[in-house]
Amino acid sequence: MKAQAVTQSKSAALISEYAPRRSFLSKFLRWEWMLVGLILLDVLINTRLSPFFLDARNLSRTSSDFMEIGLMMLPMVFIIITGNIDLSVASNMGMSASFMGLLHNMGVNIWAAALAGLLLGTLGGLLNGYLVARVKLPALVVTLGTYAFYRGIAYGFLGDQAARGYPKAFTYFGQGKVFETLVPFSVALFIVLAVIYGLVLHRTTFGRYLYAIGNNENATLYSGVPVARIKFIIYTLSGFMAALAGLILAARFGSTRPDIGTGLELAVITAVVLGGVDINGGKGTMLGATLSLFLIGLMRFGMGLLNIQGQVQGIVIGSLLILSILLPSVTQQISSVRNIRIHPRSLLISLGVLAVFVAFFLFFFWSRAPVIAGG
Amino acid sequence: MTVQNPPAAQSPSVSRNGLLWTLVRVREAGISIFILILVVAVTLRAPSFLTVDNFKDILLNISILAIVALAQTMVILTHGIDLSVSSMIGLVAMMVAFVVKQNPEISVLLAVMLGMALGSVLGSFNGLIITFGQVPPIIATLGTLSIYRGLVFYYSQGTWINSFELPASFKLLSKGTPLGLPNMVIIAIVVAVIVYYFLNYTRTGRDIYAVGSNPDAAQFSGIRKQRITFLVYLISGLLCGLAAVLWASRFESAQTNTALGFELQSVAASVVGGVSISGGVGTVPGVLLGALLLGIIQNSLTLIRISPFWQLAAQGLLILIAVISDKWILSRVERTKQ
Repeated sequence: MKAQAVTQSKSAALISEYAPRRSFLSKFLRWEWMLVGLILLDVLINTRLSPFFLDARNLSRTSSDFMEIGLMMLPMVFIIITGNIDLSVASNMGMSASFMGLLHNMGVNIWAAALAGLLLGTLGGLLNGYLVARVKLPALVVTLGTYAFYRGIAYGFLGDQAARGYPKAFTYFGQGKVFETLVPFSVALFIVLAVIYGLVLHRTTFGRYLYAIGNNENATLYSGVPVARIKFIIYTLSGFMAALAGLILAARFGSTRPDIGTGLELAVITAVVLGGVDINGGKGTMLGATLSLFLIGLMRFGMGLLNIQGQVQGIVIGSLLILSILLPSVTQQISSVRNIRIHPRSLLISLGVLAVFVAFFLFFFWSRAPVIAGG
Repeated sequence: MTVQNPPAAQSPSVSRNGLLWTLVRVREAGISIFILILVVAVTLRAPSFLTVDNFKDILLNISILAIVALAQTMVILTHGIDLSVSSMIGLVAMMVAFVVKQNPEISVLLAVMLGMALGSVLGSFNGLIITFGQVPPIIATLGTLSIYRGLVFYYSQGTWINSFELPASFKLLSKGTPLGLPNMVIIAIVVAVIVYYFLNYTRTGRDIYAVGSNPDAAQFSGIRKQRITFLVYLISGLLCGLAAVLWASRFESAQTNTALGFELQSVAASVVGGVSISGGVGTVPGVLLGALLLGIIQNSLTLIRISPFWQLAAQGLLILIAVISDKWILSRVERTKQ
């Protein structure tokens, strides 16, 4: 939060030494409050639509469903704030969980196996960090390569086998509740870690460096910040958290297959970006990301109760992701050109574009109708 | 992300003879050498690799990837990225397959045109969000990745189009060999030639490079940046539409998970082929070599009997090696230049 304030007042400070006094209302126009509003709206709508939504046991169960995404999201916020990205998290998760499963199948003690899984995941993060920070390859390229590499290793470990039969003490991490309450262990773990990550991001020098790197990497480097080491650390951290998320997911399923968690990297990035973290780096808060995680989780849960397929839910989540950035920029554009008369030619073009999209959807429903009717 | 020295393919400061050309040649030489080493090594282990039939097979397998990778390359050249290619392919393939199933007498050419038209609409939607809406490309296309995939499910209600529901002429579109090679390979070659001509010999094509290597300079020199950006996403949709029809024809089906994960493959082919992710650098031959390398890796891993379970890992590792060695060669060239 402090960070946002500093970056916002930065441009103002150039003009006057004192940042302009902000109106009371502007405090409520922050993205975090928007997210809170959206969550409340979502709860309100879903409560009206389904009697099962506000059920403590249902909510408890559904909240553990997206905690793995949350665990991977925490270091991803760091990485995206520095203007980088890690596409390999879900694959790394699969690799670590599969390694643990393989060791478990071979008869190794489950705790030793879990530790080995954590180590391997951390090692995976280390490799990403090395290639990004030392070899200086673009993060997108590196993690795209390790995305395939790590998932491949997961398949190599387990093949078409699955690891199952984890002891009860281990599955507690995925299925257990804290102190006989309704709070799942994974949720408690996530909240504790989210607070720690939030404090590191917003209250330490390390956190300030992350914003600095995201705003201007070269300037940060020349002012003596060990940029390479910081990148190294956050990628390693990301590997560790991916492995941790993998273990918890395996514990929740009670089994491990090599395709565990496939595609979650996009869910993680969606949560971070919807939370108001700038994909180009330098902006964003941990609170925003956490709120957006809960928003997505609640929306998916609500839609699930209404019997909407998981993939169709993607339409809503994807639209929300785009709208969260589209709406502010479009309103800004429109308000900035308010005095200029609308050009007839651009009006004609917009109408043409609209016609094309309308035609597309007419065709979409027309071509779909007979097959659906025919079964 | 990091400050990197582009291989000066478009840099006016380097004279045309001498270093510039060595650099350009080295750029594609790197991956060519890598492919050669791979071919020799695999042939030593499995002599059946170096046969005409096997290479026909490889070409058939990479045709769709090559088309989509070329589309992806044009987008990456403008410093963008199109993650929605896989979902566009899935949606268009499903819609075209539905139409073809309903109207089996429809001409194949019409089906192809329909696919390209539908793809263009999807692509221009991406373009509109990115240019008019000013949403960063990675977010816009991440969003449409799940929107279009969701539409596939909504459209088909989870049903598939199977082989027996498609007419024979449609299935032959990709596999027929009236010209010696399968149609699909010929289509890919034609697309590559057109894209090559477009990028190198037309004004708009050169503008694409300009927008990617220095957006501000491009703007000041009168290039309509927004228009070029919109255009590359439209072209990406168009080529994905074409790829979708070929996909449905080749695999004789349209499923809800058609082309799932293809976006990363297309980016991988471009990047391995020497396209810089920060825009402005990349050539058509390079991308074709990149696609060929991915195809050869996939094919040879089966031939030298690497367990299918380890193949994905080997693919990922080889992609990493290709990218790292490319970087290494580049830095070597930079050093000798100084």
